[in-house]
Amino acid sequence: MVLVLVDHDHGVLDELSLQAVTYGRELAAATGEQLDALVVGADGSGVAGALGEHGVATVHVAAHDGLTDYAPVAAARAASEVAARTGASVVLAAGTPRGNEVMAHLGAITDLPVAADCVSVAPGSPTQVVRARWGGSLIEEANLHGSPALVTLVPHTVAAEPGGSGAGDLAQFTPELADGDLLVIARPAAAEEKAGVSLADAKVIVSGGRGVGSAEGFAPLEELAELLGGTIGCSRVVTGNGWRPHTEQVGQTGTKVAPDLYIACGISGATQHIAGCRNAKTMIVINTDPEAAIMGYADYAVIGDVSKVLPAIIEEAKKAKAG
Amino acid sequence: MDVLVCIKRVPLSGGKFTITGDGLDIESAKLGFTISPHEEVAVEEAVRIVEQHGGSVTVLTLGPADAEEQIREQMAIGADRGILIETNGAEWDPQATASAIADAINEDESDFDLVIMGNESADASGYQVGIRVAHKLGRPIVTGVKGITVAADRATFERPVKAGRELYEVPLPAVVTVLDGLNIPRYPSVPGRIRAKKKPIERRSPERPEPKLEKTRLEVPQTEAKQAQVLGNGPEAAAAVVEIFKQIGVI
Ligand SMILES: Cc1cc2nc3c(=O)[nH]c(=O)nc-3n(C[C@H](O)[C@H](O)[C@H](O)COP(=O)(O)OP(=O)(O)OC[C@H]3O[C@@H](n4cnc5c(N)ncnc54)[C@H](O)[C@@H]3O)c2cc1C
Ligand SMILES: Nc1ncnc2c1ncn2[C@@H]1O[C@H](COP(=O)(O)O)[C@@H](O)[C@H]1O
Repeated sequence: MVLVLVDHDHGVLDELSLQAVTYGRELAAATGEQLDALVVGADGSGVAGALGEHGVATVHVAAHDGLTDYAPVAAARAASEVAARTGASVVLAAGTPRGNEVMAHLGAITDLPVAADCVSVAPGSPTQVVRARWGGSLIEEANLHGSPALVTLVPHTVAAEPGGSGAGDLAQFTPELADGDLLVIARPAAAEEKAGVSLADAKVIVSGGRGVGSAEGFAPLEELAELLGGTIGCSRVVTGNGWRPHTEQVGQTGTKVAPDLYIACGISGATQHIAGCRNAKTMIVINTDPEAAIMGYADYAVIGDVSKVLPAIIEEAKKAKAG
Repeated sequence: MDVLVCIKRVPLSGGKFTITGDGLDIESAKLGFTISPHEEVAVEEAVRIVEQHGGSVTVLTLGPADAEEQIREQMAIGADRGILIETNGAEWDPQATASAIADAINEDESDFDLVIMGNESADASGYQVGIRVAHKLGRPIVTGVKGITVAADRATFERPVKAGRELYEVPLPAVVTVLDGLNIPRYPSVPGRIRAKKKPIERRSPERPEPKLEKTRLEVPQTEAKQAQVLGNGPEAAAAVVEIFKQIGVI
């Protein structure tokens, strides 16, 4: 049996979990096994219908008085219970912060190895996985010894697609929690007003690096972003210097983005920065150094000083807009 | 308040990685070494906590003898002592790493009120060593944290999520894994570097268990090697850039 841990927020299904369900369905079909899912929290039963349409045979719902908010250890405890009861051969989750977290707790509880951020899983003994390292700058092939195989999937490895036989069974149960399993539980903070487009969803990003020179140097980047209906991104040198907030950092330890247009201004193109923007559809670079590494990832380049090139582009863009 | 921070020595390359002949490692002969930004902010936070509440900061790493360099660098910004779990350079899988770290903590003279780790290591990105250590110690753990407030016997951790943020309040001792952006790490001072040379490092060298997550091959992903088309030099290129804006429909 292939078991997928499905995440939801008070009944609202996590999109990336559906991708894991799609991948799990393919695995189950290949090995001739059943596909089951686990949702934690009684309000999770609302997502069962959607899971049935994605080919899940039995949706296990872990309901418990203490389980209204996200509690990672309790979620993993419920998963270990279902995995043991059903004799799961593979337990799969989305490679999201929560998916990776619950899977690691499951690994610790069962003393089994976990392969996070996989792009491919071939069950067997050992299970063979291919996984991302260095934020996707390197690929690792590895053997995962032990059963069940505990794996998480890199987001967007597959697209979520309905399939399978339709409505699944609902099996609600009360997980047996150990002392302390509910000690760590999320308390939602008051929602914050978020201004503008979020970096992760932006269509246009004007991004600055060390070559922008200072916090003030970002003024023309802001002006161009505004003209193009985009938002600001930056490199880690910029956040490390305190020129911009970390919420704007693109890269391995920043945000991963996939805009239609990424304009990289004074950024050298370190692999750890590229890890965050390699999925941009079009990349334009402005850099004084024609040999900068970023030239090997970009579509177009202007060789020159950002502080001189940007004002000229802004002027041209204004003319074009005025029409 | 005694705080332990776990850091991992990793090669630093701005350009694309090159793989060694046996296909198992990054060719690092010509590279410098560093630690993850997640771990840099972890050490900075530990130093700030101790500046505020008193106590000590210990940095621990499991790695080759040369990883002393990474311990000394963090001592230069304020860590007081180091623990080096010495390996022969071969990678340890997450389970083996967590066991060795938990053993070192259990056998240390200090109880460590707070253990801070990175949310994921720079190179292996396993997302699990912190969680495994917490289970072995029987302590609560919160992961992916970008805000820490400690009181005498409790800590509040703030975790960014899509909809805003979540708060977690746990009793100490506890384990926490943190994210880049938690703070802006300071640069080491010259006196800091001098003091770092004399601080104590305790060494241990346990046996490496058989890996259960066994790396068999590393590869550089086959991305199409692009070469940017140069639109021009300096401000004269502006019209060509705006032409591209029009082509892709952003203006
Ligand atoms: C584990 C790990 C994770 C990391 N995560 C991230 C991350 O998430 N995001 C990130 O960005 N970095 C990250 N880094 C850091 C990364 O390795 C680089 O140090 C960083 O990306 C470099 O930033 P930069 O390009 O702004 O600066 P530099 O590398 O210094 O490049 C500056 C560029 O600006 C150009 N330039 C200078 N002056 C001008 C001018 N006047 N006009 C035009 N061009 C000019 C130069 O030619 C050069 O190409 C990480 C590092 C590690 C080890
Ligand atoms: N070899 C190591 N030595 C010390 N700490 C480590 C080591 N490997 C991992 N860690 C810690 O565990 C965190 C998560 O690592 P990982 O589970 O590999 O993603 C890292 O950010 C470090 O804080």
